[in-house]
Amino acid sequence: MSTGAPTASEIPRRALGTAKPPSAPADTYDFGSRLRANSEYVVIPAFALLMAALLFALFLLAIGKSPLDFIDYVWKGGFGTAFSFQNTLQRSSPLILTALAVAIPARIGLIMIGAEGALVLGGFAAAAIAVPMVGVVPPIITMPVMVLTALIVGGLWVGLAGYLKYARGVNETISSLLLTYIGIAIMNFFVEGVMRDASNPNKPSTKPIGEAYMIGNIPGTSVHWGFLVGVVVSIALYFLMTRTTFGFAARVTGGNFRAALAQGLPVGRLIVSCAMIAGACAGLAGYFEVAAIQGRANASLAAGYGFTGILVSFLARHNPIVIVPVAILFGGLVASGGLIQRRMGLPDATVLVLQGLIFIVLLVSETLYGRFAIFRPGDAKERT
Amino acid sequence: MNSGLLTVLIAMLGGAIRVSTPFMFVALGECLTEKSGRVNLGLEGTLVLGAMVAYAISYHTGSPWAGVFAAGVAGSALGAMHGSICSLPRVNDVAVGIAMMLFGIGVAFFFGKPYIQPTAPRLSSLPFGGCTSDLNLRSALDINPLFFVGIAVALLMAWAFANTRWGLIVRTVGDSAAAARAMGISVDFVRFLSTTIGGFLAGVGGAFLSLSYPGSWNQGLSSGQGLMAVALVIFARWSPVRCVLAALLFGAAGAIGPALQSVGITQGYYFFNAAPYILTLALMIATSSATHSSRDMPGELSMAK
Repeated sequence: MSTGAPTASEIPRRALGTAKPPSAPADTYDFGSRLRANSEYVVIPAFALLMAALLFALFLLAIGKSPLDFIDYVWKGGFGTAFSFQNTLQRSSPLILTALAVAIPARIGLIMIGAEGALVLGGFAAAAIAVPMVGVVPPIITMPVMVLTALIVGGLWVGLAGYLKYARGVNETISSLLLTYIGIAIMNFFVEGVMRDASNPNKPSTKPIGEAYMIGNIPGTSVHWGFLVGVVVSIALYFLMTRTTFGFAARVTGGNFRAALAQGLPVGRLIVSCAMIAGACAGLAGYFEVAAIQGRANASLAAGYGFTGILVSFLARHNPIVIVPVAILFGGLVASGGLIQRRMGLPDATVLVLQGLIFIVLLVSETLYGRFAIFRPGDAKERT
Repeated sequence: MNSGLLTVLIAMLGGAIRVSTPFMFVALGECLTEKSGRVNLGLEGTLVLGAMVAYAISYHTGSPWAGVFAAGVAGSALGAMHGSICSLPRVNDVAVGIAMMLFGIGVAFFFGKPYIQPTAPRLSSLPFGGCTSDLNLRSALDINPLFFVGIAVALLMAWAFANTRWGLIVRTVGDSAAAARAMGISVDFVRFLSTTIGGFLAGVGGAFLSLSYPGSWNQGLSSGQGLMAVALVIFARWSPVRCVLAALLFGAAGAIGPALQSVGITQGYYFFNAAPYILTLALMIATSSATHSSRDMPGELSMAK
């Protein structure tokens, strides 16, 4: 998505197929054709996004609402002002991390949708370990312990689905979603039972961890550190998956499982590692929800970030770097949900409908890959 | 026998019959779809949309059976969407299922908001416990007619798979698309129909949720039943009759929590709520194998490859 503008400006004529044949030297031609081939992965998702927006506009018109109002409120509520944009960045932080939790297993050929459960359990575990430490152990020790707990619990939770896939052949999509339900039930069990804060009658929660143990905002902004950490983790995972032997082995396994086995790659370890990295990312998202926003663990942790993250990852074609701008886009959509609900009188599920629509149209657009000569420089020459 | 234990067992029997019905319908629908070689993970969304549509139509028309039918139609619409999208080349049926799940739930919540408050006429159940004086047993034996419809559908499906031309066509498409094409069968069309009919059944299962048990419409109505039913089909090894038995087993697991509550054991309620999920996972672990695909699995299923 971010590379859309340069692509269009650098090779406009050839892309339209109206210009003279290129007379560029071999090396720049090579670069141009690579760019052209890769631009397919930008143009098609962007086209899908546009089509989904059109369908959603028709849907709004059908129920008697104005699509222009909708766009206006998404802009105002998500991007228009410094305040709303900071809110958007704040909300995109868990989306980046949960999308990474889908993208990394996707690289090794697994469709895992357990980010929501790992987020909830990771956040809960961080709060649970912090509560007895509050006031006894200084924040400088407690906070890293919380982060580590969230990483480990989240990693083990999704890692379990990866292990079951490798060791027992259990379908990872179903098992990871089942683990999400189990994770939410485990949190509810503790939050409504032994760990319930008796002084808070409104909503079953753990005891608050207290201001001193919470992680603040990035100085000069109202965006918590989770956003920056999310961006750093995306970049790190991009390098891990594209520039290291681990990433290469993982992608080989995802591309051809039998070839990977025949090559003697440690397939089991790779699958479990990718699942654990995924879970750790989601657990980290849970940590920030607890330590930067809620201040305690309760049912608000299961706010659906894990499910929106699935869509973000698919839209970014499971590319860790591209996930960041896509997550910001959807963070804005989530952030403007309240405004849309109040001003347009639409139910809060409106955002869900739009997300579902985008997801479906995006998957339909998968069928378009490889169908347009514009994106295949070599083929185009042969045909014309 | 200890009367407390007996109460729990009777409550579990009644619960098993009540809770199992939506599982049964979704599992039968998924069984048909998977027999044709496709996985529809979106039945969770179909279930929720079916529940909402059934409740709304029952509220507006006053006829719960009209609601059941409308739920089936809504379910088949989602099924038809899934079926036609997956007919396109290079589209992954598992991913489409996830998208359909989110879409179905979104649409149901969107249009279902005005129906959370009002009360719609519910499906009446058949009082089989009329001859017994035991109140617990009597309430356990108040069985919804949809339960018997589900069993009839299962028997019909089992018979049709084994004995009819249509059954053979569906099984051939599911086992080997190449063989089916060689026979001149349109693989995509058979799968489209199987997914659509499967969606119809799952929608009816949703109608049971909102019109019989628990018997109201709200956003927390289904939490994973649709997904568990998909897992249940694997456990039932793609046999409609075994789907019914597995659904009853799941129903009993889901009824443990409320049954224990009925005799005053409330501790660990949330743990028992997780029992069906844990049971599903345990069964999947027990029946799966890393080295060979499950017995009786349709050869064209994406999870078999």
